[in-house]
Amino acid sequence: MNNRLKVLRAERDWSQGDLADRLQVSRQSVNAIETGRYDPSLPLAFRIAELFGVAIEDIFVSPSKETP
Amino acid sequence: MLKNPAIRRYNRRVLWLSLGYAVFLCGAIYAFNHQLLSGPAAYAAAILPALPIIGIFAAIGLYLVEEEDEYVRMLMVRQTLWASGFALSLATIWGFLESFELVRHIEPYYVAVLWFGGLGVGAGINRLTVARGA
Repeated sequence: MNNRLKVLRAERDWSQGDLADRLQVSRQSVNAIETGRYDPSLPLAFRIAELFGVAIEDIFVSPSKETP
Repeated sequence: MLKNPAIRRYNRRVLWLSLGYAVFLCGAIYAFNHQLLSGPAAYAAAILPALPIIGIFAAIGLYLVEEEDEYVRMLMVRQTLWASGFALSLATIWGFLESFELVRHIEPYYVAVLWFGGLGVGAGINRLTVARGA
């Protein structure tokens, strides 16, 4: 799933490791989510959204709204 | 996450189970070689080395329950599925070859060895597919 995680992280000048520590997941997980290779569960998606103070749909792009 | 507590517990369990396996196996080999056992005791001694191996399967299950990182857990689930498919497929192929007397008999406990080898196959496939670039 496409997402804006990398942009949001860059805006805060956080490394993948910094974000991983804040979310209490591995850096590997952050990398997989950022690159769209793994779609997080709803609880993790909420944690990510709450960390950045935005709504889930402001981070993750609905597959039905993705441009081909 | 380098000091993932679930992995630490898993490693500790596997270490103890491996030691138990070595002790039980050496003990059973010694007892059978010296014909020290018969009857139910012989059956018990023969089964003992299998128990730590079963324990390792349980340790992997416990690790999956205890792993809090959902992505890492998903990778491990994929690894175990590949291991199961790998071990069962090779065991099935070997079984038919054996039935038609084309290959020699191999003890069924080697399926466990195949399964552990399959974990390596699964890890490699994870790396080539979902975990690439991580």
